[in-house]
Amino acid sequence: MCLAIPMRLIEINGVTAVAEVDGVTRAVRLDLLPEAALGDYVLIHAGLAIARVDAEHAQETLSLLRSLADEVY
Amino acid sequence: MKFIDEFRDQALVKDLARRLGALAEGPATIMEVCGTHTMAAARFALKTILPPSVELISGPGCPVCVTAQSDLDAFLALGTEPQVVLVSFGDMLRVPGTHTSLEGLRAQGAAVRVVYSPLDAVELARQTPDKHLGFFGVGFETTMPATALAIQTAAAYGLDNFSVWCVHKTMPAALKALLAGGEARVSGLLCPGHVTTIIGTAAYDFIPAEFGLPCAVTGFEPVDMLLGIESILRQIKEGKACVDNVYTRAVSVPANPRARELLAAVFAPDDASWRGLGVIPGSGVKIRDSYARFDARARFPQVWERLTPPPPSPCRCGEILRGVMRPVECPLFAKGCTPAQPLGPCMVSTEGACAAAYRYER
Repeated sequence: MCLAIPMRLIEINGVTAVAEVDGVTRAVRLDLLPEAALGDYVLIHAGLAIARVDAEHAQETLSLLRSLADEVY
Repeated sequence: MKFIDEFRDQALVKDLARRLGALAEGPATIMEVCGTHTMAAARFALKTILPPSVELISGPGCPVCVTAQSDLDAFLALGTEPQVVLVSFGDMLRVPGTHTSLEGLRAQGAAVRVVYSPLDAVELARQTPDKHLGFFGVGFETTMPATALAIQTAAAYGLDNFSVWCVHKTMPAALKALLAGGEARVSGLLCPGHVTTIIGTAAYDFIPAEFGLPCAVTGFEPVDMLLGIESILRQIKEGKACVDNVYTRAVSVPANPRARELLAAVFAPDDASWRGLGVIPGSGVKIRDSYARFDARARFPQVWERLTPPPPSPCRCGEILRGVMRPVECPLFAKGCTPAQPLGPCMVSTEGACAAAYRYER
């Protein structure tokens, strides 16, 4: 039930916005993330953006994992 | 999908699994606290790639599963009030109450609507002013802001035909009760990433401090979960215990201040009744008096008053939720209790430990 999907913001009007994933769009609320900008990925749960997905941190995690994998094999 | 597919990468999963094998020393029982973790672990068959000495068990983090029978019965009884339309997340639909379920009520002709968001329930209330929309407020801290926002939105619209039967629960208090009970033997905890976006990692600091157990806050893709397990095994190996955050792309420190403000404005701490754990002080919330108009318990006190306590049931969900019994150890598992004919919520909810074990691990 705590599932939250990373969706991209494609339209913002104050605290309401439209988010998209794989061609599916839905209206979402940005009350918790007023600083979110167009093009940002946000985690959507029950119609509300609960967190911004940090692309740098995501990349950092993946790069670290890949470099560790390269080291061992 | 971006930020999902990369974290399902097979090569990374295989590599992480090999590293876990090298890290694991003695037996380790790791509790995945969150129901969404239970589902992900089953769906991606993570248990099959873990080192044999590492066991993953489910905790009390499936909100559908931990909803007390008496709370469900009360919400079902609310449906007999004139003009009331029951509104719920789909997950709750098939959970058996003492006499019926939401699905059963609907089959008998009662008005039951399923929504994706509590905000959708507010919209329904606006569209049908001659009905009262009663929303079943189920879920942990991830879900609570959406309910709080729905209440504030209903207040802003001046609605008088929307209310919430609030059984929202808070995760840290339940973990504390569970660990203090001493029944569940665990070596570390995978903490729920999305709950943590709202409450922050500091909410779990008591777990290493008071119980000496390693924690890892993690996401819900296979790479995330294996990273969390790796963190816990590493902490065990190094004789350390802390709250490690391996879900840095979503969980920032400190937690979202707006979520905290929103929750504090609408909800006040309260005791809550948990299936399997009983009443845990301070583990739930009630709607503040300033929003009493949107509190279904305050609006319909007669519903609560005429309820009788549920009779004893052969269901062993309580032991499953406390992590003291595995689904396959339940005498009813796949015999008297199946997803088609569930006796308890752990077999109904897709995130229930029994449903996950039935679907993926038999």
